Amino acid sequence: MTTETLKPRIEARGNASQGRANLIFEQSRKGRRGYRLPPLDVPEQNLGTLLPSSQVREEIANECEVSEVDVIRHFTRLSQMNVSIDAGLYPLGSCTMKHNPRLNEEIARIPGLAWTHPMQADHQVQGSLELIWTLEESLREIFGMPRVTLQPVAGAHGELTGILMVQAALAKEGNPRKYILIPDSAHGTNPASAAFAGYQVRQIKSNARGTVDLDLLEREVTDDVAALMITVPNTLGVFENQIVKIADILRRKGAYLYCDGANLNAFVGIARPGDMGIDVLHSNLHKTFSTPHGGGGPGAGPVGVSERLVPFLPTPTVERRENGAFYLDFDHPDSIGRVRAWNGNFGVLVRALSYIRSMGAEGIRRIAEIAVLNANYIRARLKDSYHLPYDAPSMHEVVFSDKWQGAQDVHTLDIAKRLMDYGFHPPTIYFPLIVPGALMIEPTESEPKEELDAFCDAMIAIAREAKETPELVRSAPHTTPVRRVDEARAARQPILRWTP
Amino acid sequence: MTAPMRYIPNAEDDVREMLRTIGTDSIDSLFATIPTEVRLEGLLDLPAPWSEIEVRRFFAGLAAKNVPVNRALSFLGAGVYAHYQPAAIDQLLLRAEFLTAYTPYQPEVSQGTLQSIFEYQTHQCLLTGLDVANASLYDGSTALAEAVLLAERVTKNRRRLILAGSIHPQYRETVRTYTRNLDFEIVEIGWNDEGRIDLDALRAAVDDQTFGIAVQSPNFFGVIEDYDAISRATAATDATRIAVIAEASSLGLLAPPGDHGFDVVVGEGQAWGIAPQFGGPYVGFMVVRDRLKRSMPGRLVGETVDVDGRRAYVLTLATREQHIRREKATSNICTNQALIALAANIYLSLMGKKGLREVAMQCAQKASYLRSMLVKGGKVELPFTGPIYNEMTLRTRRPARELLADLEKEEILGGVALTRWHPDRPNDFLAAVTELHTRADLDRFAAAIERLA
Repeated sequence: MTTETLKPRIEARGNASQGRANLIFEQSRKGRRGYRLPPLDVPEQNLGTLLPSSQVREEIANECEVSEVDVIRHFTRLSQMNVSIDAGLYPLGSCTMKHNPRLNEEIARIPGLAWTHPMQADHQVQGSLELIWTLEESLREIFGMPRVTLQPVAGAHGELTGILMVQAALAKEGNPRKYILIPDSAHGTNPASAAFAGYQVRQIKSNARGTVDLDLLEREVTDDVAALMITVPNTLGVFENQIVKIADILRRKGAYLYCDGANLNAFVGIARPGDMGIDVLHSNLHKTFSTPHGGGGPGAGPVGVSERLVPFLPTPTVERRENGAFYLDFDHPDSIGRVRAWNGNFGVLVRALSYIRSMGAEGIRRIAEIAVLNANYIRARLKDSYHLPYDAPSMHEVVFSDKWQGAQDVHTLDIAKRLMDYGFHPPTIYFPLIVPGALMIEPTESEPKEELDAFCDAMIAIAREAKETPELVRSAPHTTPVRRVDEARAARQPILRWTP
Repeated sequence: MTAPMRYIPNAEDDVREMLRTIGTDSIDSLFATIPTEVRLEGLLDLPAPWSEIEVRRFFAGLAAKNVPVNRALSFLGAGVYAHYQPAAIDQLLLRAEFLTAYTPYQPEVSQGTLQSIFEYQTHQCLLTGLDVANASLYDGSTALAEAVLLAERVTKNRRRLILAGSIHPQYRETVRTYTRNLDFEIVEIGWNDEGRIDLDALRAAVDDQTFGIAVQSPNFFGVIEDYDAISRATAATDATRIAVIAEASSLGLLAPPGDHGFDVVVGEGQAWGIAPQFGGPYVGFMVVRDRLKRSMPGRLVGETVDVDGRRAYVLTLATREQHIRREKATSNICTNQALIALAANIYLSLMGKKGLREVAMQCAQKASYLRSMLVKGGKVELPFTGPIYNEMTLRTRRPARELLADLEKEEILGGVALTRWHPDRPNDFLAAVTELHTRADLDRFAAAIERLA
């Protein structure tokens, strides 16, 4: 008998282990309630006298009618169909899936912080302003940069903020220029952010080491180039060892060096972007600084700048008066303005500061040391089983390819899906684009040696299966709530909402 | 030797063993590619590691320096509202399988997140009367900026954008920042005595260069716009009509923009059970007509089947997105607000058809009661005559900032002075009411203004 026939068939309700949960709308039953409000205690007016009838709707057709029990069970079952970092290694390269300390959840929920309102007068929110000011101070020290804005709420949002500041600075000198240079190994958000800010993108090829070629860069940085956007270490996990010279070339030609700090976890506390000559850096608090990824946000993308970009930071900034009082400062005539209505994802900032204080100076340095050790350990254990396309030294992540498994017609996607049967979330796959069939593995410092060993054992077992029983790998996963899904059908005949 | 860290399991013995496997004798050697001239010699200038006890003490100290809006009697709104938060929301958000997962790139192990987003998308469509919602954007203001860029994308080389001047000023500022290098002509339209958009000025501003028209309702002054009148006034153009909702609870009672000629609805979902949190995280929503779905920014979840024919959900139409299309993507957005969208989904499911209506009715009834009490008192004048939902512009003979300062002495946070954005309205301020206010709260506020104004 197959496992499928052994499973009980329960149609009446969802069952997470079978990957089946009815939609909340399908569970709706007339007359059920999930809430109660206090009775209306002001004299009730006829709706017709309150509002013009053309501006009032009927009850929302097809909205839910469910009880709290229905809701709790529904979302509990849904949660059981996810894997998460709390259940084990989640080695998505470039995403830095590290442990999310629970203390930070508690701190972010302190009513005196969570219930401050962004429109309150400065004197009513001195604690919240001090918190932002203190986090900025810590990040200045960590980045080695004179100012940091905490307004951007995601990495890509930080990229846009950074490029707009470069644009404003160049425009003030008289010519905003036309192009942004981006290496072929970059995250997709880099070219998208540059285009979003009104620039044209010129891609530059990586050299055999996977890094930027200085001679090529010297030629590519013309008078029309506003900035180079670079990721350090890059998406192959390789440190740009010529970073100081790269900064020199750009500065000499009046252009700016932008650093995508998504991979800051590799060198935090070891070296500082500002000391390398970087002009703009965005960092992801949901990566290096441990705030939860939440299934795809919320995050925060603070941006640090060099002295020459300080006047262009978004407004308002948080400043401290001589007497120690904090205030929002709107008086920055050269500012690019707001990149968002409010002053950043404060709840995320609280968690990040709690993490930075928990780790302290020694701990911050230890993050990078162990993250890099863990990645190199995986590299050492897997290098005989998987092809290593670039053999430059790895930092916090290591990129393999499916070249050796391809002979058995087993590919990266198959390896990723088979890992699920071994209980691991797959690495980032098919990225960076310069590596065909890439498997990009980032363990972070959160993983104990036993977990790394279990993962490496699984990867080695899969490499063996690819030789001996390739069909088993090609048809994986076999044990997940649902099996391979038809992505082409979803795109061809999009069903993007439930309809009754 | 480094002292053990509670969030980093590997200790000295593990490290030694691992270094042996790697074939090196020190962690330091793994950092050899970082140029020595930029390597730090010592530690960063940060405090030593703190225990949980010390962290708690520090943040409790900061919290004590705040006056949170749930401690005083608050009428603050202006885009962020204190509503009822059902207890179930936070309990479910803390489930690690939701909290500590990432973007559902691998559908077989992410069905929980994917199905939840699919349900969230459905709620958005039901609420707004439009066809397709995305998985969330950062917040209301950036959702408006994204809608403006969408509107420009679907036309060919048009440059004129029309914004109602009564859209939240911080939303308009965000739009200007996003588009500062894009050579748009942004025209802002004023308002009439009702506080609604000036339809004659709007009609006159629309030309064949116009790609988008955006209006907020209830607008920044709290006044409900007339969607049908706006659609009629702009009937001559095929420019994209964008409705902005800064107070999402209003959708429980007010007409859905999609049924009244609008093509895109964007807004802020904070009212759906999310604490004010000094500005975020919140959740931006975007819902569009079907024909615009392939121009949409952000993630979309669609229904499909797995190889065994079981219903399953997956991220779809990804060829719009940055990780595939790079500089030709519809947006640069990657990380969005998934966990807050989950909170919104839980809120909307719990409150449901009856609760969303009841919350909105209570808001409207209580706001109306407060307004009538204030007018009856005689010290308050209403600068705008148009219909309101739960927020109102008030005027007294005193400068608003002085009056608000006096109210604060009685532990009443009376609202938001308009002076910062409208220096010509020194005596005007916004006050917002929600289902959390009791009649006694409203009476106390009215009596205090009566005494102090």
